[in-house]
Amino acid sequence: MISANLSAIFYLVSGVLFILALRGLSSPETSRQGNLFGILGMVIAITVTFLSTGNFSSGFVFVLIFILVGGSIGAFIAYRIPMTAMPELVAGFHSLVGLAAVFVAIAAFLNPEAFNLGTPGNIKLGSLIEMSIGAAVGAITFSGSVIAFLKLQGIMSGSPITFKGQHPLNAIILISIVVLIYLLCSTQSSNLFWILLAVSFLIGFLLIIPIGGADMPVVISMLNSYSGWAAAGIGFTLENTALIITGALVGSSGAILSYIMCKGMNRSFFNVILGGFGATEDTSSKSNKEQRPVKSGNADDAAFLMKNASSVIIVPGYGMAVAQAQHALREMVDTLKKNDIKVSYAIHPVAGRMPGHMNVLLAEANVPYDEVFELEEINNDFANADVAFVIGANDVTNPVAKTDPQSPIYGMPVLDVEKCKSVLFVKRSLSPGYAGIDNDLFYKENTLMLFADAKKMTEDITKNL
Amino acid sequence: MEIDPLIFRLSIFILSIFVGYYVVWSVTPSLHTPLMSVTNAISSVIIVGAIIAGLSGNSDSVFNTSSIFGFLAIALAAINIFGGFLVTQRMLAMYKKKKKDK
Repeated sequence: MISANLSAIFYLVSGVLFILALRGLSSPETSRQGNLFGILGMVIAITVTFLSTGNFSSGFVFVLIFILVGGSIGAFIAYRIPMTAMPELVAGFHSLVGLAAVFVAIAAFLNPEAFNLGTPGNIKLGSLIEMSIGAAVGAITFSGSVIAFLKLQGIMSGSPITFKGQHPLNAIILISIVVLIYLLCSTQSSNLFWILLAVSFLIGFLLIIPIGGADMPVVISMLNSYSGWAAAGIGFTLENTALIITGALVGSSGAILSYIMCKGMNRSFFNVILGGFGATEDTSSKSNKEQRPVKSGNADDAAFLMKNASSVIIVPGYGMAVAQAQHALREMVDTLKKNDIKVSYAIHPVAGRMPGHMNVLLAEANVPYDEVFELEEINNDFANADVAFVIGANDVTNPVAKTDPQSPIYGMPVLDVEKCKSVLFVKRSLSPGYAGIDNDLFYKENTLMLFADAKKMTEDITKNL
Repeated sequence: MEIDPLIFRLSIFILSIFVGYYVVWSVTPSLHTPLMSVTNAISSVIIVGAIIAGLSGNSDSVFNTSSIFGFLAIALAAINIFGGFLVTQRMLAMYKKKKKDK
């Protein structure tokens, strides 16, 4: 058994290692080392916990067994999961953090002696407040992430679910959570604790159902942030520095990512959270949809255009992930490069279903990361490029965002695809994108629509090159 | 007068938020997905609380209501720790630079 002071110092060390783990992600070269720091920090935290309890009796064996069981499941998932399913995986993992926080809070509430927090029915006030906040946020994270997971997995429809009185209902529930925490702290009643958990699960569910599929990048980042705050709440209860530091890091990380995602859509955080985006626009866009001429072509035309180009910019989007077209795309690019054509990739911040989704898929297909550029880095290059190849993206290329103040996506930063000499647009049909609005790009003089499955079309182009 | 230890923890918390703020802004956007999976893994350090709960049983019976919740939380957090770090590792291994000779 080691002293409380010594173990506190070790927890601090593991907190610092977690900071270094995130720091490593500032560039791909240092990131792998960063991940090792993270693992080391975790090993230290767990070892110190064992040493500080000094309990190596039969309970210890069970702890190891459960770590082993959970660990093997986790390792199995980590190796088997396809990269296209990363958003679902991350949402699923968030739900587990949330549920673990809830369970730890329950354990501490039922048996406060084990944590030095007082006795049942007479828990230290401060600890009880921290514990109930941790439990409530954990429960919201859990049920919210489950809904996000179901939506991403396609088990639940990605379209927003809205009903009358939704916002007032949510507001009432949120207020009731605050009231419940207050009552719980003044009465120490275990019934109130269970009600608090139930209501928190409910609000997590209600908060996420009105948010549509393409807003998932914001939702996932937000839940990431919540899981951090839940961990921090528990960290205060356990008086554990490693948990407090980590909770703060994760909480601010998720908050920053949500901010970046909202900015990428030019929408306020509350606008996204209140949800229902894309549901109301449908009717208006259908009614004024006039038949405008569209130029469509086949793989042969596309190959011809690209062969005669000297530079090509690829714009991938969620559709590429759905069609699993990243490998086919890389093969096409390899062929282009053999013909001395300069190729780069342009990634919009909200392309895909989670932050950085497209980058991971391209990395999986062995695309070197220094050929992949962010919106600000590459947007000026479109004017000098010969061909833009849009694969699976839609709204993020819509010039309407720059020209039509009436449009729901007006002001959203978009890729200046239309400035290219010619645009190849791979899409299955002319249907509008997620925002429910027509893309002006389809009808431009220099746009050639390629109506096909993204993967098949890319393969066909490669054959024709 | 003595300062409540809570204030020290609060200071650590607030300062860590600032550290997190600056560190995360320096993360390159192309690594945002690994960032999410690794933050997932590290937030599972909540396992330390689960372990304390799991070990709260006495020598007569390892299992009581509290320790059972502890064991369940251990399993959940362990899924996240192993899954999170390993999938991050797997992703980061894919990020490669352009070969110079091409």
